[in-house]
Amino acid sequence: MVMVKSVSKKYGEKKVIENVSVKIKKGKITSFIGPNGAGKSTLLSMISRLIENDEGEIYIDNQNIKKSKSNQLAKKISILKQSNHINLKLTIRELVSFGRFPYSKGRLTEEDWKYVDEAIRYMDLEEIQYKYLDELSGGQRQRAFIAMVIAQDTEYILLDEPLNNLDMKHSVQIMKTLRRLVDELGKTVVIVIHDINFASVYSDYIVALKDGKIVREGATHEMINREVLREIYDMDMQIQEDMNCNKICLYFA
Amino acid sequence: MGYRSKTAVLGLLSIVLILVFVFYDVGANWQYILSKRTMKVLAIVLTGGAIAFSTVIFQTITNNRILTPNIMGLDSLYLLIQTIIVFLLGSVTLTQMDNNVHFLMTVGLMVIFALLLYKFLFSGQDRSIYFLLLIGIICGTFFDSFSSFMQVLIDPNEFQIVQDRMFASFNNIKTDLLLVASLLIALVSFYFMPFMKYLDVLAMGREHAINLGVEYDYVVKRLLVIVAVLISIATALVGPITFLGLLVVNVTYEFLKTYRHSFLIIGSIFIAIIALVGGQFVVERIFAFSTTLSVILNFVGGIYFIYLLLKENKSW
Repeated sequence: MVMVKSVSKKYGEKKVIENVSVKIKKGKITSFIGPNGAGKSTLLSMISRLIENDEGEIYIDNQNIKKSKSNQLAKKISILKQSNHINLKLTIRELVSFGRFPYSKGRLTEEDWKYVDEAIRYMDLEEIQYKYLDELSGGQRQRAFIAMVIAQDTEYILLDEPLNNLDMKHSVQIMKTLRRLVDELGKTVVIVIHDINFASVYSDYIVALKDGKIVREGATHEMINREVLREIYDMDMQIQEDMNCNKICLYFA
Repeated sequence: MGYRSKTAVLGLLSIVLILVFVFYDVGANWQYILSKRTMKVLAIVLTGGAIAFSTVIFQTITNNRILTPNIMGLDSLYLLIQTIIVFLLGSVTLTQMDNNVHFLMTVGLMVIFALLLYKFLFSGQDRSIYFLLLIGIICGTFFDSFSSFMQVLIDPNEFQIVQDRMFASFNNIKTDLLLVASLLIALVSFYFMPFMKYLDVLAMGREHAINLGVEYDYVVKRLLVIVAVLISIATALVGPITFLGLLVVNVTYEFLKTYRHSFLIIGSIFIAIIALVGGQFVVERIFAFSTTLSVILNFVGGIYFIYLLLKENKSW
């Protein structure tokens, strides 16, 4: 379990996260939603130690992340940020093999390569695994990075806007993969996501942030509700159910 | 051809060039000439190696292929130190100073400056590596202006001595420095060994490196110190020549086409040796010492730099 205890973060004088406490349950997909500038990405970055929190504590499986070794954490929690611009001449297979760095420090054993192969198969990248990253489309590239995270084999997987710049088909593909990671491999996934309908259809639990604070949190079916969403986004949405009884929000007009 | 065999070819070529340089047209007085040339080649190998090595590390840390460590202002500081000595104590002091003392003092001051810069940078929070570079550029410009201010004031004859130090030259290397320099470089390389494995991951950027369990600040700080020491040694040995690094490292990336730093570092050292030994050979035999190697290097390097900028511009 990830436990965030009254965490704050300031950039200069501006408070971006103010006294936030949240628990992230194992074996679920948790979505962070909220308007731009709410502090979702900052919270995610603090949980994954990419930026330091000014106040409060963060525990992963009852271990304070500030007192843990970075290399030990890398075997427990992984993060993928939204911009993954790498100017290295890397093939997909080489990129995925970097996921084993916390275990092998760059000298991959046979077992490490097994994990790499599995991750590539899991993301359906076998046919293009020897292609270079700069030859890939946005969707393929995102899948390659997720494969790297899978090869890292961590219990917790944090993704910052994984659907950024992807078309509908690839977005659905990615979300289905995340669902499989949770249902089949028992991982815990936390995502920052803007499309409220993807959050509604694929996540188990939703945490809503606004102005650096948590305004609401709860199971998905409780959260996708007219009053709750008005409180978060300051706008009225219609909510309807599709054929599979998923709640869909209509906010286009 | 894979990057392994390419590296082997580079190694072979550099050995051949070194042998040609040392043994070409030895003549009757061969004992004297051989020992003189061996010293010169040794100095070239040390400088080229140190510069290539540190530039690879620096570009990896900054994730930028068109930067060289001299952006931190170390070259300018070197010139400032030389100018101050001449300005305050006169050229006689500079020319008569014991070489080892002068070398250690210059290296020491440059390293202290770099450490102060890092200390200042990393004591605050959330400052990026580009902030360090910006401060470095400002300090470098300040050192440059301050040096030229003093150079204008001093006697023209004294200025000649300073000017002599402004361009790197392998023609009058102080051979008595080689022992100290080799020892220092060996020590630094030894200190570097445990950090080798992090370089490939660091090249992916800060966030990926932290995600993969690298203690980012700890590792980067130590690598920057290594870079500063190596650059200081190379500059104090032959003069400001860090532009060479840009040239050599980019050629290495283009040639080897790999991300593996174990090969990039070795390959770039070989290419540096080829460029310097080959270039020095050309300067001595074809131009008959009418120019210095650093002038040629800056000329070729400058053209290559413009080419890089244009190419990068296209890829956007």
